[in-house]
Amino acid sequence: MPVKLPSFRSRRETYPEKLWTRCPSCSEQLFNKQLEKAQNVCPSCGHHFRLTAGARLGQLLDETTFEERDAGLLSVDRLGFVDQKAYPDRLAAAQLATGLRDAAIWGFGRIEGQRVAILVMDFGFMGGSMGAVVGEKVARAAEGALAARLPLIIVSASGGARMQEGTLALMQLAKTMAALERLRAAGVPFLSVMSDPTTGGVFASYAAMGDVNLAEPNALIGFAGARVGAGTIGQELPPGFQRSEFLFRHGFVDRVVTRADLRHELATLLRYLSPATKEDGRG
Amino acid sequence: MVDRILGRGREGREGRDGRDVPAPEPAVPAVDPRAAVWARVQLARNLRRPRILELLAIIADEFIELHGDRVFGDDEAIVAGFARIDGRRVAVIGQQKGADTEENVRRSFGMPHPEGYRKAMRVMELAERSGLPVVTFVDVPGAHPGPESEERGIAEAIARSVGLMTRLRTPIVTVITGEGGSGGALAIAVGDVVLALENAVYSVISPEGCASILWRTTDEAPTAALAMKMTAADQQALGVVDQVIPEPAEGAHTDHEETGRRLKTAIVAELDRLAVIPTDLLVEQRYRRYRSIGAYTEVITEAPVPPVPPRSGLADRIRGLLEAGQRAIPAPLQVGRRDEPPAREDV
Repeated sequence: MPVKLPSFRSRRETYPEKLWTRCPSCSEQLFNKQLEKAQNVCPSCGHHFRLTAGARLGQLLDETTFEERDAGLLSVDRLGFVDQKAYPDRLAAAQLATGLRDAAIWGFGRIEGQRVAILVMDFGFMGGSMGAVVGEKVARAAEGALAARLPLIIVSASGGARMQEGTLALMQLAKTMAALERLRAAGVPFLSVMSDPTTGGVFASYAAMGDVNLAEPNALIGFAGARVGAGTIGQELPPGFQRSEFLFRHGFVDRVVTRADLRHELATLLRYLSPATKEDGRG
Repeated sequence: MVDRILGRGREGREGRDGRDVPAPEPAVPAVDPRAAVWARVQLARNLRRPRILELLAIIADEFIELHGDRVFGDDEAIVAGFARIDGRRVAVIGQQKGADTEENVRRSFGMPHPEGYRKAMRVMELAERSGLPVVTFVDVPGAHPGPESEERGIAEAIARSVGLMTRLRTPIVTVITGEGGSGGALAIAVGDVVLALENAVYSVISPEGCASILWRTTDEAPTAALAMKMTAADQQALGVVDQVIPEPAEGAHTDHEETGRRLKTAIVAELDRLAVIPTDLLVEQRYRRYRSIGAYTEVITEAPVPPVPPRSGLADRIRGLLEAGQRAIPAPLQVGRRDEPPAREDV
């Protein structure tokens, strides 16, 4: 568990935005530096804030062990897609805002000394949507894991397929699943971690298909948008619908794991699942 | 190859006719591309459009339906079974919308639940074991979006079915006959060859859904439909669809017989073409087809700076040092502080 931090009750209406963040769950005003130290988990209510890809890697991997692969992949506007903004402009804005080239990063690293292939998604880049670049990175990560015979870890954070790439984005479900089927056939383990949110085409491809599925507490995980579902079917939605605990209850998630425990849980699982290497037997 | 060129040529001619005919008000043809695309979406959704059962009645000499996923139940939104097409024994799978309200309720308006896709997988695996090719007929607004569907794992069922099809060791011919609605369509649409009827559409999300997210109103659905390039011809240009099969003059709903006849010719030709390809090569070609789909470029990056920030805080840094010591792996202490802003909730 994270260090118990003193809570700061609201003493005034507005706080300088750069220093403080309001917890959307308990409305507590949180000092950013402390929030960061607590792995972006609200110290008073346990709300898990979304993480950037960089922060996620920093929390999960042993320091300085990450070697990024395929950093140069860039999205292309095959459809000439324009909504209220042209797709290339949206990409440029997202790149500027996040410092990333697209919504996923993959590479090799170590978790408590155990070498893994790891891909993390960043919801801040166009809602973590999966276009050809994300699909390609997932496929290459699976192929890289297979070639090196290292376990694959994917941390999802995505609203689904990227509409601006049309059916080419939909086809990434097939691309990623094709690569993962080969990984599975070769006996190399794949751990899926679902964070808030993991929905649509990402949930309906690799995120749901881990040999072990983990989820962060209270993350939104579902196939159809809750509003879409309710609107189309006109049905009351059960409480906690499409949250981690709902999926856990229905048998699609092995464990709901807090962020503070995630790194160690992954390391523990890896000791059971890793293909035999000399590092086995540690810890 | 010849077939493809022929198909494309015919599509071009028919396309022009098609645009004249289907629009309810015979406006100046193709003056508004949004209206032209929207007319095709309406044709794809036409209530009298032939579904798998109507088509099989025309195409197949024999059809034996199989029921149930052996886990939960039988989903009538998906029809699966064996059929004989021009003497060739195949497994068939497809979504079936209802012809009237009562049948639509029974068939969930053609929106399958997980058990539907699990039944499809069961039949695909049976086909693989029995050496039967698989023919799928895709016509679905989308997988069922309700709570029961989520509870029973619609995403898992779709993902598993897509994965199974990428490696199934028997030929797969897919036909998009009406609506190709997102993951609910792709779950039975990963094929060695993907055919589409002329007025079929294929998209990553419904045009209404896309419009409500990107334009914040469903009124812009025709605009979204145009932007997503969802018509059969556009899908062929993108390489998602291999061949477009022309429909009888006013659309498939006006002439089921002729539609079925044209479809049968195309399906039989593809079955015969795929039958002679050795299985290993067939599966490898299918893998490469889906492995290579989607557009991206690649820039050369010179020794990318690792985006991993050091864990902040003195205690963490000390812990990092200690852990490094325990592992006896040289891990240099990070001196540089990261200067990126902390992660923030979007909403």
